[in-house]
Amino acid sequence: MTAIHEELRPAPPVKLVIQGVSKTFATRHGPIHALDDISLSVREGEFVCMVGPSGCGKSTLLNIIAGLETPDSGAVLTDGKPITGPGRDRMVLFQEPALFPWLDVMSNLMFALKLKPNLNNQARREVALYYLGLVGLGKFAHAHIHELSGGMKQRVALARALAPNPRVLLMDEPFAALDAITREQLYDDIQRIQEERPKTIIFVTHNVREAACLGDRVLLFAPRPGRIEGEFPVPLPRPRDFGSLEVARHASEVMHALKHHLKPEGMEAAE
Amino acid sequence: MKRMLLPTLLFGGLVVVWELLVRANIWSPVMVPSPLSVLEYLWRAGADGTLGAAMLVTVRRLLLGYVIGLLIGLPLGFMTARFNVCKDTLGVVALGLQTLPSVCWVPLALLWFGQTEAATLFVVIMGTVWSALIATDHGVRTIPPIYVRAAMTMGSRRLHTWVKVILPASLPFIVSGMKQGWAFAWRSLMAAEIYVTILTGFGLGQLLHYGRELHAMDQVLGVMLIIILIGLLADRILFSPCERAVYRRWGTAK
Ligand SMILES: Nc1ncnc2c1ncn2[C@@H]1O[C@H](COP(=O)(O)OP(=O)(O)OP(=O)(O)O)[C@@H](O)[C@H]1O
Ligand SMILES: [Mg+2]
Repeated sequence: MTAIHEELRPAPPVKLVIQGVSKTFATRHGPIHALDDISLSVREGEFVCMVGPSGCGKSTLLNIIAGLETPDSGAVLTDGKPITGPGRDRMVLFQEPALFPWLDVMSNLMFALKLKPNLNNQARREVALYYLGLVGLGKFAHAHIHELSGGMKQRVALARALAPNPRVLLMDEPFAALDAITREQLYDDIQRIQEERPKTIIFVTHNVREAACLGDRVLLFAPRPGRIEGEFPVPLPRPRDFGSLEVARHASEVMHALKHHLKPEGMEAAE
Repeated sequence: MKRMLLPTLLFGGLVVVWELLVRANIWSPVMVPSPLSVLEYLWRAGADGTLGAAMLVTVRRLLLGYVIGLLIGLPLGFMTARFNVCKDTLGVVALGLQTLPSVCWVPLALLWFGQTEAATLFVVIMGTVWSALIATDHGVRTIPPIYVRAAMTMGSRRLHTWVKVILPASLPFIVSGMKQGWAFAWRSLMAAEIYVTILTGFGLGQLLHYGRELHAMDQVLGVMLIIILIGLLADRILFSPCERAVYRRWGTAK
């Protein structure tokens, strides 16, 4: 597509709005101000990465968007409507693959699809197989979960999250437990899948370079109280290569800001 | 194979020494029957059908009481795990009663039901219910919360979550609870059979009891051996393989 086409295309509508969300946890050592008045809008189809030191409320914000936790004040809106609880329009990919070990791979995907009305079982099975193929595990439909490697499990979890065709995908450090090679494969997969099945994605990570490689925008969080400290657009063409210089340059920009603003405890350096 | 050798030699040797001690009259055969006479008893009782009939009676009572105990204990365990009201009432009762050795139910059972099948059944059920309840409660409480959270994002709610997620997720703990319930049921039944002498059926415990009354020590030891064997077989053939398979699949292998 030429630059002029790109320029003339109408701006994609806002998908997700976070309005003044605050959250405090009461603990034995007194209250913890996990999120302080967070406001943010995310466009349809945008890939937003969140980085920040441990304990700055990234998971809490993600859980609030997922509807698994309620904010003390403020609201989250999707398509202009406030969310009231978890829903199929916002699927979550957790850090540990939350697959059900009593079901095989196919049945795990079917679990999500069976809860979706207006589909017959034949269609459900076809959809499940489509997404298994998309993550490259078409041959493993009938494998048991404990027979899969960590990377395969996370792929199945991704397929299960994609299967109900959510508009928003929330990922909380989904690849943190995987080795570097598996992770880099998954970066390619995610970008390819994003091309084929565009979603609005919010992606939490500790790895600044991962954020620069995947995100259209990188948000920098700061702790105590949890807040958004900075914002870095990454206007690079896709697909992006994790090892490319351009990605490294953007990552170091974020890293620099991070070091400037905060004590960089718990952050992984851009490898 | 090599690991089998040592125990075989050790126990074989001990039995031989035992036999010799009895033969040499160092141990009185009235108090300690020789291994051969125990075997002889088992052979006799096996041949005339006493042993088989007693085993059948015992196993029937055991299964009946165990199954009823589970049918009561498992759902109650889910209740105490789900509702704090139940945990604070029923849960406390269960915790207390579980510490009560099941023989202690016998006097009550005798007063309520007399020398009847109902009395033995009652003791077995009381032995099973509480341990099954507590194991299930514990199981449901230790399910990784991520399963329920994941299910909720997929649109699962209340009853669906319970049936499709919490129930299967707690299966490893339920199997352990069933195993423990079995052990308790087995101990309770033996206690009940020794104290509740009923004429409607003659179980292994009663065989043991009359062995003592008649001073037939070969019978006492023979029946004890059978009781150990049944306990071992149930564990090795039924419960342990189930437990292992479930734990492996659920990824909670110890
Ligand atoms: N359920 C809870 N109860 C009490 N405190 C909580 C709870 N959940 C989170 N917190 C606190 O809120 C703060 C933010 O937690 P959160 O998990 O959102 O951080 P995070 O940015 O995701 O950290 P990490 O990068 O380590 O995952 C932390 O200080 C944490 O201790
Ligand atoms: Mg987190």
